[in-house]
Formats: sequence, C-alpha cells, structure tokens
Amino acid sequence: MTGIYLISAFVIAGLIFANRNSVINNILIVVFGILQTAFALYTCFHYKSSFLTYFTFDSLGLLLLLTLSVITIPALLHSYLYIKRHDETPQSRAIYFAALVFLITSITAAYLANHIAVIWIFTEMTTLSASMLIYHHRNKLALEGTWKYVFICAISITFVFIGILFLSLSLQHSGSNDLSFANLMRYKDQLNPFWLRLAFLFIFTGFTAKLGLVPMYTAGIDAKDKAPAPAGALLASVLMNLGFVGIFRFYAIVAQTSIFHWANLVIFIAATLSIFVATVYMTRVMNIKRMFAYSGIEHMGIVMFGLAAGGVGYYAAVLHIVLHALIKSGLFFQFNQLYRTFQSKSIQHVGNYFKYNPTGAIVLLFGFISATAMPPSGLFVSEFLIFRALFEGSYTILLIVVLLLLTIVIWAFGKNILKILFLPVPGLDESRIPRINPWESLSQYLLMFAAVWLGLNPPLIFVQLIQDAVKILPV
Amino acid sequence: MTNVLLIIFIISLLYVSIANRIITYVRVLALQGFILFGVTFLQLKDIQTWNLVLILLETIVFRAVAVPMFLSYLIKRNRITRETEPYLPHFVSLIIITMIVVITVLLANSIKETHLDKIFFIVSLSTLFTGLYFIASRKKIITHVMGYLMIENGVFVLSLAVGNEMPNLVNLGIMLDVFASVLILGIFLNKIGDVFKAADVDQLSNLKDY
Repeated sequence: MTGIYLISAFVIAGLIFANRNSVINNILIVVFGILQTAFALYTCFHYKSSFLTYFTFDSLGLLLLLTLSVITIPALLHSYLYIKRHDETPQSRAIYFAALVFLITSITAAYLANHIAVIWIFTEMTTLSASMLIYHHRNKLALEGTWKYVFICAISITFVFIGILFLSLSLQHSGSNDLSFANLMRYKDQLNPFWLRLAFLFIFTGFTAKLGLVPMYTAGIDAKDKAPAPAGALLASVLMNLGFVGIFRFYAIVAQTSIFHWANLVIFIAATLSIFVATVYMTRVMNIKRMFAYSGIEHMGIVMFGLAAGGVGYYAAVLHIVLHALIKSGLFFQFNQLYRTFQSKSIQHVGNYFKYNPTGAIVLLFGFISATAMPPSGLFVSEFLIFRALFEGSYTILLIVVLLLLTIVIWAFGKNILKILFLPVPGLDESRIPRINPWESLSQYLLMFAAVWLGLNPPLIFVQLIQDAVKILPV
Repeated sequence: MTNVLLIIFIISLLYVSIANRIITYVRVLALQGFILFGVTFLQLKDIQTWNLVLILLETIVFRAVAVPMFLSYLIKRNRITRETEPYLPHFVSLIIITMIVVITVLLANSIKETHLDKIFFIVSLSTLFTGLYFIASRKKIITHVMGYLMIENGVFVLSLAVGNEMPNLVNLGIMLDVFASVLILGIFLNKIGDVFKAADVDQLSNLKDY
C-alpha cells in the first residue's frame, strides 16, 4: 500500500505538472486530497506493521502523518483560492500544485521511514519541492529567498550525509552494516562513542535546517516569508516536524549509549540560542510572516528543551510539536486574508483589522493566545509540562532564563498583534478594502479548536500514541 | 599510490587558497575530479563491477569534465570578473587552511581506530572545513558554489573509506552530488546571473525583517 500510495501520488504530481486545463487540475487536487486521507486512515488500521522493508507505521510516524493529513485539506483548499485569485498562468499553476503534492508526499514518506538513509533521501526531495514553491512569484526577492534556502539546505543535507558516514564507521565495530533504526538499537552497546559523537553533531546540525534551530534556521525564515501563504503554512508546520522526526529517531538511539548526557548538552545549547535569537528578532521584526516564522523558532527551542530535560518532557515535546503544527498553519492560512485586506506584509501598514474582518480578527487574536501558550491554548499544557520537566531535572537557572526570554517574546508578539487588530492606520483608503467571505476562516477555527481540544482534553488513544512514541527513551 | 593521490588532493586545497583567478578554482575542481577517479579505482576492490563502473563514470564524467565545463560556461555567459575577491588577504587564507589541515591531522592521530584509513578522515574533514571557509570568505556567489562543490568532493572521499563495506553509501553520495549540483548550478545560477548583474553576495541582502 505504501508503494501504491507513493507511485500514485507521484503520478498525480506528474499529471498536474503536465496538465494545463483548470478543470482537470481541480479534479486531480481533489483526488490527491482523497488519496492522502485514505492513506492516513489505512496506516491507522495497519498500526505497527512494516512495508517495503523501509517503512514502518509506528506511533510517532502515525501521529505526525495524521497531523499532516489534517493540514493537507485546508492547504489544498487555500492554495486553490490563492491561485484562482491571482490569475495565474496555467503553467505557474501547474508547477505550484505539482510541487505542493510532491512536498506532501515526500514528507509523508520521510515520517514513516525506518532507515536513516531513506529519511535523508526524502528530506532531499522536500528541499527540491519547497524551492519550487518559494520561487512561485519569480521576482528578485523570491529568487534571493530560494537561493538562500537551496544553498543552506544543500549544505545541511551534506552534513547529514557526513553524519551517516560517521554512523556507519561507528557501527562497523559490531560487524553489522545495516543502518536501519531497529538494527542500530540492537547493536547500541557496540557503537563506538567517538564516531557516534561526530555522527550526532553532524546529523543534528543538518536537520536543524528543517527544524528551524540555531545554527541553520536562517534559510527557513526567508522561505516562509517568500512562499505563498498556503505553502508557507506547510513549511512552517509539517516540514519543521520532519526535522523533528529526523532528530528524534536518531536521538532515541543516542539516548541508550554513554554519550547521552553530552548529547543533551548539545541540544540545550542549540535550544537556548534558538530561543534567544527568536526573542531578539521578535522585538524588531516588522514583517508579519517573518514574525510568525520566528515564533516557530522559539517553539522548536522549547520542544528541544522538553526532549533534553527528559521525564515528562518527552511526552510534552511530542504533544507540543503536534499542537504547534495545527496552530501555526492556521495563522499562516489567515495571513493570506490579512494581506488581501491591506495589501501589505508590514505591521506599519496594517491595523484596525477588527473593523474590516471581525471573523478573521478573532482567528488572529485566538492564534496569538494559542501561539504564546496562554490558557486555554493547548500549548499551555505542553509548555507547562516542559517547564516542570526542567524544574524536576534541576535546570533552574536555565528555566529562569527561558522564562524571561519568553516574557519578552509575548510582549513583542502581543504589541504587534494588538496593533494589527485595534490601532487604525492613518491614510488608509477604506474604499479599496475588499469584503472577505467569513467562511474562509472556518478551517483556521477548526485547526485552533482541535489544538485546544487535544491539549486540554486529549482522547485516550492520542495519549497512548504519544506515550508509545516516547517509550523507547530512557526514563 | 592512494596516499600520494590524497596528498595531492590536500596540496590542491593549499593552492586554491592563494589562487587569484576564478578559472584556477575551476581547474582545481577538475583536477580533484581526476584524483577522485584514481582513488575510487584503487580503493573500491570488494564491490560489484557494474556498481564500480557507475561510480567511476560519475567521477570522471560529472566531477572532472561536466561540472568544470559548465562552470566556465557560466563565468563567460554571465561575464563574471576574473578576480576571486576574497575578504581576507591570500596570505591569511594560506595560514588558516594550513591550520585546518594541521588540526585535523592532530585530531586523527588522537583516535585509535583500526577500521578506517586515517588519511581519508584527514582529507575529507580538512576539505569540509576549507570549503566552509571559502564560502565564508569569498565575495562572489559563484565562489560559494565552488566551495560547496569542494565540500562534496571531501564527503565523497570519506564515503570511499567505508565503500568496501557499504557500497550503498557511496551510491547515496553520488546521488547527493548529482542532485545538489544540478539543482544549484543548473536552475539557479542561470537565473541569478541574469537577475543579479554583479553576482556578489552583497546583492543578496534585500530580505529584511522590517
């Protein structure tokens, strides 16, 4: 089934790419949406089974795949609206949707892969498809963003490859040469610590380009800014989760070895720097999309804190990454309407949004409350658990520093969002503001309520899935 | 013989550090492609014949001939000036790259490892850091690309060291090389040359937070 899914998804992407008729294009998009949903349901019914040697439907993969499939539907819908409004040529429409389908399929395959080289291959494919989405507008700024993204991702992917080579050196002492995660786990006691250290450094650094942590976070910011907002929503949520999957699966093996504490130290340094960098930029940023992107960097820092702190932090980290994907994609979907209202990305030219589009303004307000982890946001629960894990692990000084930085983030985020919502812009020509159909905000409401529901009153099966995903980590 | 080739590889890095013209970089990349061809031929003994032929073809056709030719075509087509325009003097570059090589040699001597020929480790790690240094210290976008290609060559040397046990990793390395080079060179440098006339990184600073 995995093979059928992959082949048919790539065939659909190819057909969309070759096709110039708008009706056939729409049919193909709907077919892909159905295919993605059907595949997600199929994995639920074949939980824990393996396919084609290299794919396993395990708990983490299943959780993130369901998140991806939920976000896929509004992403396709908003992309359709976006393309329709912009009077795109058939060619640019074909490239956009083909790249979108290709991206979603590659991410799906990378989530489910049980072999580090397979994750690596599909991560490479996401770079290719994401770069086509970023270059959609074909102007000078888009080219600059694409170039930076491609170059930094190429270097990162090379780093991951070097890490895989060191990992294979580390494994050679055991006499085995199979780099699947199950086999690495089997020989965890015979891995050479020196090569494993180097492997962890390189693989971690490489995947930070997708996850959005220091040192490789820069490319992602430009990418989310220049890509059309519906595609940016995918880049800011599910593609970041892909980086998390890569790091998490390898970390689970490192956690069983003697370099566990050293690896935690590396993660703590990267996470603290990420939150610090995000704070600094959040206070100065004037571009709304980039503000959302920096908020993502901050959240990924918090997720990594949960992972490194251990205990209840493992559970909270996985919960946080799922909820963050739902909320952040909702904010990006809403951004498109905001842009249509004011024709500007700059906070200086945007204001008094409540007057022009109350439905959308409530989404923004609610998204702000959710993204800054204030109750009743679901992120409040996960962030609280991560802080508790930090406290229990006696990282008190670190906790105080992070809390201070987060306070500044909330202040900066709140200042900007409240300006967008309430402060009128002088000299705004109100007659040119279009009326926005409130139903276009429906998907954002659903995503954000899902985040609240999963955080405050999670269904039992959801909790069990997360607990099963983090079971392989030491207590 | 492998050692001689790999030492020539390291010397080529030192040579690049003091090179003044871009075309020298292209020639050194071609030379490195030929060296990799030789090393692959001597090193990979326990590998299937058709796989070896594929890898050899990739090194000679792609690394040694096609990429350098394409680079010099791009330089002519976009009328990129001949100077490399480093931010630092050549002398400093030479010192830094020598330091990189010395440090990797010291690092390699500090480990006890029977499974790995250490010279592969030294060459690949020093090429990696040299490539990163070139990316950080040169002004033109095309020299960044060349720095990246140099990193790829270094990574390929490392994959050869484990190639006899895990030939699939060498194939993955080739895939990375072809994929990333085609993506970077083929699609974007063409466009970047058209849009950004001077092709300096200074032009790539329009994406701002405000």
